[in-house]
Amino acid sequence: MKVNPVRKYLRKDSLPHFFCPGCGSAQVLNFFVQAAEEINLDFDQLVAIGGVGCTARIPVYLDADAMHGIHGRTLPWATGIKLHNPQLKVVIFSGDGDAAAIGGNHLIQAARRNLDVTMIVVNNLTFGMTGGQAAPTTLKTLSTTTTPYGNLEPPFDICRLVIGAGATFVSRSTTNRPRQTVNLLKKALQHPGFSLVEIISQCPTNFGRRAINSGDPTEGVMWIEEHTLLLKDAGAYPAVELEDRYVVGTFVDRIEPVFAGSSVYASEECECP
Amino acid sequence: MTSQTRGKRVLTGTHFMMGNFAVVEGALAAGCDFFAGYPITPANEISERMSARLAEVGGKFIQGEDELCSIYAVTGASLAGAKAMTATASAGYNYMQEGIEYAVAAEIPCVIVNVQRCRGENFATQADIMQMRWGAAGDHEMIVLAPASVQELFDYTIWAFNLAEKYRNPVVVMSETTIALMREKLVIPEPAQIEILNRKKPEVPPGQFLPFKPDANGVPPMPAFGEGYHTLYSINPHDERGSIRWDPDVFEAMVARITGKISQHTDDLIRTEGFFLDDAEIILIAYGSECRPTLEAVQQARMKDIPAGLLKLATVWPVPENAIRAAAKQASVILAVEMNIGRYAGEIERIGAGLCTVKRVTKNRGAVHTVQEILTAIEEAVR
Repeated sequence: MKVNPVRKYLRKDSLPHFFCPGCGSAQVLNFFVQAAEEINLDFDQLVAIGGVGCTARIPVYLDADAMHGIHGRTLPWATGIKLHNPQLKVVIFSGDGDAAAIGGNHLIQAARRNLDVTMIVVNNLTFGMTGGQAAPTTLKTLSTTTTPYGNLEPPFDICRLVIGAGATFVSRSTTNRPRQTVNLLKKALQHPGFSLVEIISQCPTNFGRRAINSGDPTEGVMWIEEHTLLLKDAGAYPAVELEDRYVVGTFVDRIEPVFAGSSVYASEECECP
Repeated sequence: MTSQTRGKRVLTGTHFMMGNFAVVEGALAAGCDFFAGYPITPANEISERMSARLAEVGGKFIQGEDELCSIYAVTGASLAGAKAMTATASAGYNYMQEGIEYAVAAEIPCVIVNVQRCRGENFATQADIMQMRWGAAGDHEMIVLAPASVQELFDYTIWAFNLAEKYRNPVVVMSETTIALMREKLVIPEPAQIEILNRKKPEVPPGQFLPFKPDANGVPPMPAFGEGYHTLYSINPHDERGSIRWDPDVFEAMVARITGKISQHTDDLIRTEGFFLDDAEIILIAYGSECRPTLEAVQQARMKDIPAGLLKLATVWPVPENAIRAAAKQASVILAVEMNIGRYAGEIERIGAGLCTVKRVTKNRGAVHTVQEILTAIEEAVR
């Protein structure tokens, strides 16, 4: 019998997974193990981390060392792990709530420090697990379970946020670009320093049904495609038209020294207590 | 720091040292190789000295962006194999509750030093003693140690690391402004004289290892990340394999084991010390810096032929039930001395109910009791 070549990366005890039919987070799990297979990622040296949320469950399905279960604190965990054992490969699977709402400060600080981790942010523009409430990434005017008359807040652009904070690899893709996304993940996983890949994703159950009036995953993906522009084409559009569009591509890819702690022994004597 | 301290984990010798520094030296002597902290008075000297000393001995230091970063960096480092610690003060401890809950649920050894202070001001208090026991969500047990001097800050920090490693539970060193900022004599022994405990490692290869299957003490052996054991840590209910699963029986058994490993080993966890207890009819019970004026008051009472004694609680959580019960059986009156509006007194009243009278001697105005205040309380009790 033929076995799926990436099945070996999955934690059998945790299956079947809990994702809804058509969920983008399940696709991202698939993209990640494909990328891992193609770069021969050593799962003995991998630590996969998720906070709370649907995307945060991805590490639960990976046959590696894994942490799960505190909303927003994935990066502090990663900080402790990487400082103590820099040889480990730390990959964070984060929803937009984990990354940009409760964990927003940790996000900008980790980017500023150039912490050597890969952060995969699956942005479905909503709090999917809890029922489809508005997130800091929800576009203006969209209806959610906590913005029944339309969202009044402007959204965060997660990529621009971490670029501003100093991240050294920043890119964005969408769930309807499987090959491109796998390639970006491979690049991010091989990048020394803070790498972030944002993947715009459909949540048929709690974003689709509430914000775009369709629980059909295909329509969710079509909505994403309608709101997407390639980086090479974006320059031709006026700023006002870019406001509710996701520019897809790699924005930053440069090498800087990685974070090794706040205090490293430097000289014979220092002015310390 | 200096060429005298570089590379040295244990500064054997006699020192005149600040309490917050003694915590650092105790941690290093215990094998601490990771520290994360966020600035807060009156705990700052711990972070400052750690930033210098850890770098000298090859450990890692991070100044987090907040207390949440600190406690989670500590738990992450611990899972990667570090002996890790953070330090904070009352308001900062509030933020850490969340990470402490996770450390309890996922059984992550770590040490937290909490230098208690008055709300927003850096004066002395013991008002957070209940928070350190009950602050985190969910059913849990806590180990909280209450040093009363600079020497005990050193000694108990080592003890805290040993208990954290042995029981895979967070351990809190309950410090106070008084002893944290005080300078007094500290004797640091030779490294060989210091007992160090390390977490148990798995004795079976990865394929046969069940990460949450306990040993005879109720504590599972613990591999470090990267050793090939592919362990899943989650706050969610999990079985012995670590797989997340909701089953009321699994959940109940998990909580019973995680709390039981503490509640069933109180003999090992609890230390108390008695002063003038043999024939005491009035027993004062105190912890932390309140032991200092209390002991002096007991000695002065003895000079007045009042049969007073002191039961000093080195471990405050779990509650030293047996020692307190024995005191309640022996004495006609117990005085519960503490620097708050009367928090731990409730525990003493619960244990002493029907055995003797329990009177509260409380003070919450930013300073320890004076000897005279306690002596007056003793004299009123015998009147």
